[in-house]
Amino acid sequence: MNLRRILALTRKDLKKLTREPAVLFLLIIFPITITFVFGLAFGGIGGGTTTSFDVGLLNLDVTGPQADWGHEFIGNLTSSGVFVVQYYDDNVTGQADLLQGSIDAFIIIPEGFGNSVVSYYDAPFNTSAWMNTTIGLYVDSGSLMAVSAVPPLVQEALMKTIFGADAMAIGLPVEIGSPALVESSTVTQWDYMAPGIFAFSAIFLTMIVAQSMTYERDEGLLKRLRTTPASSAEYLVSQTVTYMIIAVFQVALVLASSFVIGYRPATGLAGIAFTFVIALAFSLVAVGFGLIAATISKSAEVATGVSFIFIMPQMFFGTFMPLGGATEMIAKFMPSNYVTEAIATLFLRGAPITTPSIWTNLAIVSVVGVILIIVGIILFERFGSR
Amino acid sequence: MSESAITITNLTKRFDDITALDNLSLEIAWGELFGILGPNGAGKSTAVNILNTLLEPTDGSATVDGHDVVFDPEGVRKVIGVCPQEPAFYPHLTGAENITLMGDMHLVPKDVLKERVKTMVEKIDMQGHINRRAKDYSGGMIRRVSMLMALISDPKVALLDEPTVAMDPKSRRAVWDFIRELKEQGKAIILTTHYMEEAQELCDRVAIIDEGKLIELGAPEDLMEKYHAKNLEEVFLKLTGKKLREAI
Ligand SMILES: Nc1ncnc2c1ncn2[C@@H]1O[C@H](COP(=O)(O)OP(=O)(O)OP(=O)(O)O)[C@@H](O)[C@H]1O
Ligand SMILES: [Mg+2]
Repeated sequence: MNLRRILALTRKDLKKLTREPAVLFLLIIFPITITFVFGLAFGGIGGGTTTSFDVGLLNLDVTGPQADWGHEFIGNLTSSGVFVVQYYDDNVTGQADLLQGSIDAFIIIPEGFGNSVVSYYDAPFNTSAWMNTTIGLYVDSGSLMAVSAVPPLVQEALMKTIFGADAMAIGLPVEIGSPALVESSTVTQWDYMAPGIFAFSAIFLTMIVAQSMTYERDEGLLKRLRTTPASSAEYLVSQTVTYMIIAVFQVALVLASSFVIGYRPATGLAGIAFTFVIALAFSLVAVGFGLIAATISKSAEVATGVSFIFIMPQMFFGTFMPLGGATEMIAKFMPSNYVTEAIATLFLRGAPITTPSIWTNLAIVSVVGVILIIVGIILFERFGSR
Repeated sequence: MSESAITITNLTKRFDDITALDNLSLEIAWGELFGILGPNGAGKSTAVNILNTLLEPTDGSATVDGHDVVFDPEGVRKVIGVCPQEPAFYPHLTGAENITLMGDMHLVPKDVLKERVKTMVEKIDMQGHINRRAKDYSGGMIRRVSMLMALISDPKVALLDEPTVAMDPKSRRAVWDFIRELKEQGKAIILTTHYMEEAQELCDRVAIIDEGKLIELGAPEDLMEKYHAKNLEEVFLKLTGKKLREAI
């Protein structure tokens, strides 16, 4: 392995990016265009202005003798008209809806809420005799409006419930817990699509790899290189390095262009860095498929068609197309799906970089990438390079 | 440096039912410009491609600068410069970039490489076009660039498979001068060609092969004398008995 040879071969391929319009279009212009078009069409970027909040409500204090207090509280919540209340029977569904942005906040009235209020009235000055309970208040922390408006409004409704309309509070028996366990933004369709754009862009590397390898083979360039001291290992490493560089480029461009149209992923620098890493891993998948496509293909023209065998399913079951049921099963076999999943977890759900699932996704993509590239190299060397 | 530049011993190459080379034996010395002549399909390219390690012989052996083409292909690749019959080049690169890439493959020191590209390009009269994309070149320009791609590494052994096809007379003369210079530097050169005047003009010795077999070997002037011919073309026609067709 000689670095100079690898770099010279890499440079040779990278020059295609600027000199061959088809390559430039497919790998650079196309992803940027998709980002702009989809972002603007499905984004409603900036978020629709909310004058009312959709609030999910789960009342766990329905059966007790003091259940009236809960109903009173709900009455006060709805009376203003700011909250549009939607009732839930369980925590999971409510949390899921919050996660997907179909409600702005989720309120849980705890069991014993009424008892708690009663205990206050029984001994207003004996705090140790109070039965403390906590109202669960989960706010869509990605929505600035909801975060700033919802908690005070809930507080107000609570005060009204306990002390009557004009009461002033000194201390309250019930406190509002507002854990930021769940983060999500005012989710538009674009927020679902954005994570898929990254895998979507990189998928097309497969086609360029397949085309360029078959071209070099058919035009005798591989043979010509084979009469020089350059080894096929150096050649294949240069191919891989080239497309890894392009994949990094694509991520940067998609991020930059989505940023321009106002997209703000719910993640920080670590999440962004992770995106680059998983894109690198995915470029291995793309190059591996490209090598396999080149092996099967008799010519560069055929390679275009053949590479779509690998591109299409990954596009449909692993980028921004909605999944469910059977398609979700198929998606499990698509490397691109794991890329999209991981990025969605970071960008859409706002999960921290420590979330195990994204590392599992990265591991899957990396392992599959390495296997595919090894298989691709073996097949291409054995059957495809002459 | 091995004693002779190239030795070919009982070399046979079969493709399925076709015997492209049939028990060919040759020895080529350092500083010798050696022509391989023969009608289309005679086995010229096959012989060259065994020497440049692209093909493995069915039988027999060959060494280049003492390196066996089968057992030490890496050693062979280090000392050869190859100009294939079909010029292979990267269309999106300029002529200079194509040539430089080959120099990089041979790890020619960067400054040497830069200087060498410049002087070689002038020798073949391409300085006006060398920074254009190769895809825009004419057939003859591509041939000339392809030739430099083969020789940029300053190889001890040059394997040139019909290097002057499609060149105009002026370019061809320039390439001839260039090839003569290589020979004077002590390199061994194998040249295949369908132009008999080219072989007569340039080659120290020629081998005429047909259907994979060596049918005559010697210096052009000796062969002309032997066959009472006024030029090499007559010798060739007498020996092969076939009308010479040019492969372009
Ligand atoms: N890869 C191959 N597979 C099958 N047959 C081949 C292959 N390469 C060459 N041949 C056959 O071997 C014979 C010699 O071919 P070769 O290319 O060596 O001829 P040549 O002397 O270079 O001819 P030309 O003057 O047309 O270049 C021909 O019959 C050709 O069809
Ligand atoms: Mg030939």
